[in-house]
Amino acid sequence: MKTAVIQFPGSNCDMDGVHAAGAVIGQQAVPVWHTETSLEGFDAILVPGGFSYGDHLRSGAIAAHSPVMKEVKRLAEKGVPVIGICNGFQILTEAGLLPGALGRNNSLHFLCHDVHLRVETTHSPFTNQYQKGQIIKIPIAHNEGSYYADSETLNRLEGEGLVAFRYVTPDGHEVLEGNPNGALNNIAGILNEKRNVLGMMPHPERYVEKLLGNTDGLGVFESLLEYVAGGVK
Amino acid sequence: MKYLAKVYITLKKSILDPQGRTVERSLHNQGYASVLNARVGKYIELTFEGDRSKIETELKDIAENILSNPVMESVHWDLEQVEQQVH
Repeated sequence: MKTAVIQFPGSNCDMDGVHAAGAVIGQQAVPVWHTETSLEGFDAILVPGGFSYGDHLRSGAIAAHSPVMKEVKRLAEKGVPVIGICNGFQILTEAGLLPGALGRNNSLHFLCHDVHLRVETTHSPFTNQYQKGQIIKIPIAHNEGSYYADSETLNRLEGEGLVAFRYVTPDGHEVLEGNPNGALNNIAGILNEKRNVLGMMPHPERYVEKLLGNTDGLGVFESLLEYVAGGVK
Repeated sequence: MKYLAKVYITLKKSILDPQGRTVERSLHNQGYASVLNARVGKYIELTFEGDRSKIETELKDIAENILSNPVMESVHWDLEQVEQQVH
């Protein structure tokens, strides 16, 4: 599996993404600068976290208009798996690849700590190696992670099982105490209609090795590998 | 002709505005009890040169599709002709 990890001015989780989608799972991952216009030959695309363009205007808004994003859109429409993490999630919503938007955390604080997530669907290129309902611990680090969509969009996401991860308490309760940022329906990650695009605020690439203290994020990259290798359809 | 566009962006009324709420609470704490509500938005100035109708078309596109996010924000703008040097 060969994964393109897109780099924008201000990306800062790019090399973590290269490591997680590359060496950690014994695959190839390559950083790609945002001015590139072709991503031919890549099996998967990772839009990493960070602060593209310093979060000016709105988080992800300027990056969403980068040359490379036209190519990301083209390949996403062809079915290539695309994962956006944190700022990557913001970029994918701004680019129209995922519905909704991310607003300021309701506390107005930058949040940087572990959260618990419930895996809501295993039917995706990014979650097939988890168990449905599994509780995993993954770190967040964001200022604008409060997921918002109008009620029609929310109903569609829920009805079609497109919520991938939801914030919960450590024992799996979907309550306000488990929700760090005020995201509607405790949404931490969503899929597009074709299920080949995932956006999530927490950082699975930060928990992929015992050395890092936890391997709960590894499943995302192992799922991607399984999907690209053809083991899961 | 030179024109100055003033673009005002606010969160939609239906969306919680945590910055506005914080300002509102702070004003109440300082005794300004008559303040009913505070909302925090953005103000962006753009200067243009050229044909007015072309500028109006471009400004609409810029304001609605780049400067604001229609999922969460409302936007409105004014366009005025300016004589002096604007920056």
